Amino acid sequence: MADVFDRVKNIIVERLDVDESKVTESASFKDDLEADSLDVVELVMELEDEFDMEISDEEAEKINTVGDAVNYINSIQ
Amino acid sequence: MNFSLEGKTYVVMGVANRRSIAWGIAQALHDAGARLIFTYANERFEKPVRDLAKTLDRDDSLFYECDVTDDDAINTTFENIKNDVGVIHGLAHCIAFANRDELKGEFIDTSRDGFLLAHNISAFSLAAVSRAAKDVMTEGGSIVTLTYLGGERVVENYNVMGVAKASLDATMKYAANDLGKYGIRVNAISAGPIRTLSAKGVGDFNSILQEISERAPLRKPVTQEEVGDVAYFLMSNLSRGMTGEILHVDSGYSILGR
Repeated sequence: MADVFDRVKNIIVERLDVDESKVTESASFKDDLEADSLDVVELVMELEDEFDMEISDEEAEKINTVGDAVNYINSIQ
Repeated sequence: MNFSLEGKTYVVMGVANRRSIAWGIAQALHDAGARLIFTYANERFEKPVRDLAKTLDRDDSLFYECDVTDDDAINTTFENIKNDVGVIHGLAHCIAFANRDELKGEFIDTSRDGFLLAHNISAFSLAAVSRAAKDVMTEGGSIVTLTYLGGERVVENYNVMGVAKASLDATMKYAANDLGKYGIRVNAISAGPIRTLSAKGVGDFNSILQEISERAPLRKPVTQEEVGDVAYFLMSNLSRGMTGEILHVDSGYSILGR
């Protein structure tokens, strides 16, 4: 199975329609990947499905970069 | 009795993505043979709606931008629809909005602007689009809107959206009374919580969903397909004797006393 970063990256590329090369650990969803607030909620829902987990509102608010998402998923798996 | 919607055209307003209840309704109507017209609020939603419609096995769907906060935009949209298809047989109003920071904490802290915004987009829009759609529903028809239990009873965090849904319920009934003489029925579906983009805006939504799985008589959340099928029923001739009604599609949750 692909590692967490690759799985997260695939979801981001598909959902946000961005080039794979832009999706780095330090990339900010809003600033670098041009995600609006609805995109971020959609991404959180996709991640919940992909990793069969719930991301609470408080945790979701702390996810600003791709790395934040990967770290959060790693921390509870 | 013929349950087919073949030869009929329905407007579906408010598809945001594949999880949208509006999309469940669109699929059910499509499966019954209907032609679909989609409206979206602004450019942001155009591509997702068009991409979803491509998955349907017919290619005669139509798409219009329609900002329901703008009366001119609503009138223009339905004039365009009239010019393009002539007549529509129904409309699914699946539109609501409130500021996310007012869908948590206490209702009493709702701002005046936030209150008006929620009511404008979530309740008045039904009156506005029903008025415009009436002129294209020359053969009679059915209008269906989406409400929620939070408009009848207090649901934690639902706050101003609950008050707007109460307004929507009343708007639905008054519209039903006005439009009945034209053979147009207006009803609402009160769906149980479904994991949509809008629902995720409500504070602590995951725990609302958990409660349904544990306590609702059917012990499971409802699906878009289940809501879509009831919308199909309301659009079809089977429901011809009903108007001004709220149908709960909620695994039975609303019958519980606590």
